[in-house]
Amino acid sequence: MDRNQTHRNRRRIYKALHFFGLFLIMEVICIPGLWIVLNSFRPTVEIMAKPPVWNPTFTLDHYRAMFGGAGEGGVPVFLYFRNSLIVSVTSTAIAILIGMGGGYAFARYRFAFKNSYFVGLMLFRAVPGVALSLPLFIVFARVGLIDTHFGLILVYVAMNVPFTIWLTDGFFRQIPKELHEAAEIDGCTRWQAFWRVEFPVARSGVASAAIFAFLTSWNEFALASQLTRSVGSKTMPVGLLDFTAEFTINWGGMCALAVLMILPALILTFIVQKHLIAGLTFGGVKG
Amino acid sequence: MTEVTLSNVVKRYGKQQAVHGIDLDIQDGEFLVLVGPSGCGKSTTLRMIAGLEDISDGEISIGNRVVNDLPPRERNISMVFQNYALYPHMTVRENLGFTLQIAKQPEAQITRAVNEAAGILGLDELMDRKPAELSGGQRQRVAMGRAIVRQPDVFLFDEPLSNLDAKLRTQMRVEIKKLHQRVGNTIIYVTHDQVEAMTLADRIVLMRDGHIVQVGTPLELFNTPVNTFAATFIGSPPMNLADGVVSDAGTIVLRDSLTIPVPKSARAHVKPGQKVQLGFRADNLMPVGHAVEEKGELVDLELTVALTEPLGTETLLFADLAGLEVQAKMLNPRPVQPGEKLAFHLMLDKTHVFDAASGVALRG
Repeated sequence: MDRNQTHRNRRRIYKALHFFGLFLIMEVICIPGLWIVLNSFRPTVEIMAKPPVWNPTFTLDHYRAMFGGAGEGGVPVFLYFRNSLIVSVTSTAIAILIGMGGGYAFARYRFAFKNSYFVGLMLFRAVPGVALSLPLFIVFARVGLIDTHFGLILVYVAMNVPFTIWLTDGFFRQIPKELHEAAEIDGCTRWQAFWRVEFPVARSGVASAAIFAFLTSWNEFALASQLTRSVGSKTMPVGLLDFTAEFTINWGGMCALAVLMILPALILTFIVQKHLIAGLTFGGVKG
Repeated sequence: MTEVTLSNVVKRYGKQQAVHGIDLDIQDGEFLVLVGPSGCGKSTTLRMIAGLEDISDGEISIGNRVVNDLPPRERNISMVFQNYALYPHMTVRENLGFTLQIAKQPEAQITRAVNEAAGILGLDELMDRKPAELSGGQRQRVAMGRAIVRQPDVFLFDEPLSNLDAKLRTQMRVEIKKLHQRVGNTIIYVTHDQVEAMTLADRIVLMRDGHIVQVGTPLELFNTPVNTFAATFIGSPPMNLADGVVSDAGTIVLRDSLTIPVPKSARAHVKPGQKVQLGFRADNLMPVGHAVEEKGELVDLELTVALTEPLGTETLLFADLAGLEVQAKMLNPRPVQPGEKLAFHLMLDKTHVFDAASGVALRG
């Protein structure tokens, strides 16, 4: 009886410590984001105040200014948003199509130098994107792709395809090949068997790959800052730079734009989080 | 009418040959079982018939139509897989109707066919469940239902019962046989379990290392195995094999100078000095007074029992025959103590002689 009690107490203490540790880690992750959101609603004086003002005033000035005219600290938010959306959605769609094809091929088919290809793709992932910015800039400048949506899309597709292949390969590998064979016997062509059977089963995997690819493109700054020039192609992360002047940084405005940038990504993640978390449910084969 | 014909069918993987030129004629409506140990090429053969594997050489035809270059969907076959391969994202109803949906059949007809198959297999209660919510036996039944709905020329089964527990397996075995009696289609069935082969088959094809060892009805394989492999693979317990040498006097001398006359059927095919193996089933070595029937030539033996396995209606005896452990069957069993000496009768007419070197049966 007594020993059971001590055992139970110890378990409770461990559990409390566990939660405390998790809490600390969540703090580290969440506070900067929260800070951005809070700052976007505070007057600049309060943001810069030292010692900090603990009792914040609420204001929408930064948002008003951001959507205002060019003279009043406004930035072309809608254009940036449009650019970001076009570039991210298109590049994600293309990367998923190519990556899914690749992942499927790696999972299902045998071909010469398969492993070398795969290692090559992973090595390509290991190269930091910025290291490519200068060569990319030179090539794009020659070809005339600087400051175009197409140029950025091309770069992001190249960045995302290896990762997508790696991720979807894993998901397709988990699907027993008998499902495909059964579909073929049931009257499907290979193409139908893929779209009617294997794709729906791997859907959650493809969804996670898509969200990763989308976020990568949506948040990418280093290459976009080199390859875009005008409002015609600048994406939101690059747009943040509009708030830096030679001697000053408009922190409030920057935070306001950052909030607008975070929102869509956050909403999208919420929508697909079911897929991100849900493991593949296999009932069609012996479980 | 759907005959399936394999002529000189070969499967190579690179330099390795998995199937060595198989010839087989399967009659319309026949239940044919391909049986053999793992790696014998039986599944590969089935998959070639299904079109899931390329044929390296030879010709396969289904219903007088050469199908070598036809994709699976044009061969009009159905297949039941070992792991069932149900579509996990579809309900039972959708799983069953999938093939007709792909074929763009009218909705009403799909519903009718699906309901009919569900009725045959007792799936009515389960129609709106996903495969994950079904037990192993139910999944197996859905897989069979999916095969029926297609109304194929030929059913292919690839070890469909291997993932079920023993009791369910016996039950499903009966259902498969009933299904065959009901639909009457040609069935090609792959298994490594000789009991399944014996109980289900009209004809058994016994395979080893990519070759056909023997083709015949279950009883033909049981009663007249062509070699020691067939003798030990088919039947449970496996046939007893005792090494011996043919003497000048027309007997086989086993170890410890134990002599047994050469069975009539083999007399013309052995010569003195030949090394042979004497084969007999447990059913044909019985304690005196405990056999089904004792007729024909009998050999009296006195053997020491080392171990007994009571099975109810019969007891399996592990006895010592000239230093070799052999199995005997005791009907109407009485308790036997290990170490007990019993008088046995060996039924010589049902005893086989195999050449020791090649394993080939010597009989007329």
